[in-house]
Amino acid sequence: MYEKLITELSSTGRTAFSLTQWDGDDKQVADYIPEHLLRSQPAQLPEVSKIDIVRHFTRLSHKNFSVDTNFYPLGSCTMKYNPKINEELVRLAGFAHTHPLQPASSVQGLLELLYRMEQSLSALCGMDAFTLQPAAGAHGELTGMMLIKAYHTQRGEGDTRMQVIVPDSSHGTNPSSAHLVGYDVITIPSDDKGMVDLDELKKHLSDKTAAFMLTNPNTLGVFEKNILDVADLVHKAGALLYYDGANLNPLLGICRPGDMGFDVVHVNLHKTFSTPHGGGGPGSGPVGVKSILKPFLPVPRITCDNGTYLLNNEFPDSIGKISAFYGNVGVVIRAYAYIIINGINGLTRVSETAIINANYLMKKLSDSFNVPYNDGVMHEFVVSLKQEASSKGVRAMDVAKWLIDHDIHPPTVYFPLIVEEAMMIEPTETETVETLDEFVAQMMSVKETMERNADMFHDLPQTTEVSRPDEVQAARNPVLTWHDLD
Amino acid sequence: MNFPETLRYTPSHEWIKVDGSKARVGITSFAQKELGDIVFVELPESGRDVKAEEACCVVESVKTASDIYSPVAGTITAINEDLDKQPELINEDCYGKGWIFEIELSDPSQVDQLLTAEVYSESYAT
Amino acid sequence: MDYVPASQFDIQHMLDTIGVSSVDDLLKMIPEQIFRNSIDMSDGLSEHDAAKQLKKLAASNDDIDRFTCFIGAGSYDHIVPAVVRNLAGRSEFSTAYTPYQPEASQGTLQAIFEYQSMICELTGLEVSNASLYDGGSACAEAALLMINSVRNKNRLLVSQTVHPLYRTIIQTYLKNFNIDLVTVPAKDGVTDMDQLKTLADEATAGFIVQSPNFFGCIEDVESLTEAVQQVGGLVSMVCNPLSLGALASPGECGVDIAIGDGQPLGVDLSYGGPYFGFMATTKKLMRKMPGRIVGMTNDHNGNRCYVLTLQAREQHIRREKATSNICSNQALMALQGCMYLTWLGKEGLQQIAKQNIVRAHYAQEKACSIDGVSLLYNAPFFNEFCLKIDTGIRAADVVAELHKKHGMLGGLNIKTLDESLPDALLVCVTEKRSRDEIDQWVEALRATV
Repeated sequence: MYEKLITELSSTGRTAFSLTQWDGDDKQVADYIPEHLLRSQPAQLPEVSKIDIVRHFTRLSHKNFSVDTNFYPLGSCTMKYNPKINEELVRLAGFAHTHPLQPASSVQGLLELLYRMEQSLSALCGMDAFTLQPAAGAHGELTGMMLIKAYHTQRGEGDTRMQVIVPDSSHGTNPSSAHLVGYDVITIPSDDKGMVDLDELKKHLSDKTAAFMLTNPNTLGVFEKNILDVADLVHKAGALLYYDGANLNPLLGICRPGDMGFDVVHVNLHKTFSTPHGGGGPGSGPVGVKSILKPFLPVPRITCDNGTYLLNNEFPDSIGKISAFYGNVGVVIRAYAYIIINGINGLTRVSETAIINANYLMKKLSDSFNVPYNDGVMHEFVVSLKQEASSKGVRAMDVAKWLIDHDIHPPTVYFPLIVEEAMMIEPTETETVETLDEFVAQMMSVKETMERNADMFHDLPQTTEVSRPDEVQAARNPVLTWHDLD
Repeated sequence: MNFPETLRYTPSHEWIKVDGSKARVGITSFAQKELGDIVFVELPESGRDVKAEEACCVVESVKTASDIYSPVAGTITAINEDLDKQPELINEDCYGKGWIFEIELSDPSQVDQLLTAEVYSESYAT
Repeated sequence: MDYVPASQFDIQHMLDTIGVSSVDDLLKMIPEQIFRNSIDMSDGLSEHDAAKQLKKLAASNDDIDRFTCFIGAGSYDHIVPAVVRNLAGRSEFSTAYTPYQPEASQGTLQAIFEYQSMICELTGLEVSNASLYDGGSACAEAALLMINSVRNKNRLLVSQTVHPLYRTIIQTYLKNFNIDLVTVPAKDGVTDMDQLKTLADEATAGFIVQSPNFFGCIEDVESLTEAVQQVGGLVSMVCNPLSLGALASPGECGVDIAIGDGQPLGVDLSYGGPYFGFMATTKKLMRKMPGRIVGMTNDHNGNRCYVLTLQAREQHIRREKATSNICSNQALMALQGCMYLTWLGKEGLQQIAKQNIVRAHYAQEKACSIDGVSLLYNAPFFNEFCLKIDTGIRAADVVAELHKKHGMLGGLNIKTLDESLPDALLVCVTEKRSRDEIDQWVEALRATV
């Protein structure tokens, strides 16, 4: 088993770098900078060769599950195929080798691409304008909340509308983002179908409400069929409706958040629009708005004046900036390529197939597993292993580890919080029917094995280089760097 | 599970042991079991004034974090610094070595409104 | 052309299994008036045709391979080694998700652990997170961290020499809280110590300083830090990670939090992103740190392994009480930074810092030999400096002239970022600039002014 740290490969004097020698006068750092401003001890970075680096990181890479190596039905994360062409395009010098502060006149092609991307997202989501500045979904939520705050403030209600309502099935980022803008968060229970409980919503909507945050289809994969009533109630109370775009994948060409009545949306380009998740970023979380919120969008905004693209800062009501430059442009370029390659016909087929794949998988699993909310399921569904946990002692996490042993990345477990022993399954349109059938076969083996030998689940996984980590020790006595090892 | 008769309890699963104008506070055996292995306790500052039911510290396990509310109003006079290094004391001995803080009561009559062991164990520790 | 593998036969088979005749049968819950509204957008293209379109857009930009770059200001033209580009592009890293299932993610987890270790080594601090979005949002997160770490203090000081775009982000993030955000004025290009001493009081939660600062000047961070810590405030230092090959580390300066943009560590300019923000703190602040953190532990067989830890701080557990709302960070870019630091190693880091200093000073000395061109501020600098031009020409026109006539990105007119700043050219010279390129730039500048 390979388990060395890069620092453990270090040998004094060994190097991998390559720098051009300076051919001017031989000067030293101390000739220019006073000693008290200089570092007294050099940083003890590893001293290794190029081949050490290549082997080390290549071997580490082999320890990962990834979309390119495994079925990855991680609910709410939309782990779809990441097109290879995008990786080539993003490395073109005209994209990768441009400076964010070079004159706008010298990057017209890039600005045109960003401008078209904003328009494409507006068309797909039914919104009036987009900003590409947020670096991830949660960053988009934060931006959206700031826009909502700015809107109410301009109407003289900034200090009185201080509540944001979220359903109990919402992503943790929703309440957290609202809180970061100073809002008080009210969590309302879902109804017995897993949907927004209209009575509960009515009960909490008032002239104190700033916004209601919702994802649709919701985190159970279920389409909120009362969405028009929800929008109506929220708007009548003078509040705004926020769309968490984590679950946009089944809606392309099918139904637009803007048409549902949402005032602000964020989109996760690393989910719906195929950009690689990178082991936890970079993502990109563009935010779209209806025209009432347009004046507040972050600056600079890209505007077009007779065919010339400008980075425009002339928006006095703007909330300001949330990224230093224009967001994760490299991610936006990949997503733009995905959009034009698919076109509206391809994107619609993406969503339709994501819906069919999920419903097919749910149908095949429903005989053997409990799917507590199965009415109106779109691209993902949630299995509850509550019964298995109580009768056999086999919990969702145990089943997850079985799947790892069988080369499948587990679905999301223990989310949403309203389903006990939840397993949230999102196959995406990427997978073939054979892959889905293999997943079903594995889940059937889980069921059979549970009958014969439930105890064996607690020792899984067995095929990976490491077994279950001691998380209690990790949190009680944190070892967060190799310096903590001594 | 054990709920000593000599203590008073809150619906949010704290216990309080009163000794004159001072009292000691911790979490119940039910609470520590629900939380699981405790990995960290964010202790309040000694000298801090708290209201009754004010959140004043946090107990963390691997996958949850739970606010601890002061059962009564008063001034925090001591904290259990052993929990910094050994948060597991709460799991091992929640009424003894796993106490969390001591408080000087500003209104000792508040204690009378807290739950008895019997009421707590029947109505809340389930 | 699209990316859906299901054949018509597969679709029919699946619909039959589900027991419906078309996909629309599965979508009856969607109200009719919002169902399949027409969208004004073209149909798809082949990959080849799409690539042609994008290549045309790319070719119309003046990239730094053709237009020599002397612009810095938060985004720097450094070497990106082939080893780093190649390894970070491995799809086992790039197409994985956040490592929630540790047994299936040890590669990403160990690499982040190594990243955290090297960020701590660089900054001289004890704890690093797994990355933040960028340098600007890292500043805002540091501001929130400082405010949330002390009770009943609501004043936050930010030096005027911090990057103007970063300062705007801090303002945007803090606008909705009752925080007394105060700018500490600059004097001769560095933070005014006397003003800082006046402004830092008992209500001060923290202070943010940058060194090398926006103007390129190296601040006396140690003294500034002492002044703020004396009244019980915390100090955050924004730094350029490569400068730490030569300059005193945040740890040596005694600060509590080090933050910055990791872009100089082997990340392409990419028109401003994706980069990554880094943050390192003292152990004392560990449990308040925003973002993911990886820890080493043992598995049930006693083997060394890695896991996301201290998760009780985070939004998926704490919801509205989390220390930050961050979920996805910039993991792949941080991984790239980790590989880059490994490539540099102990010796390379010192050499590259020296190369930046020597080349930048060569350029500055030559530029200042031109009549009417001089340093705006005289403080020591790393690889950036501000030039004042007294010949009557505005910095904006210098930039335009160098670009159009001489085919170079010759510097930044600092007024474009903050109208209140003096008329000056901010110039950056990295290890990539050859003596020839620098000489050409000096001649172009001479011809322009």
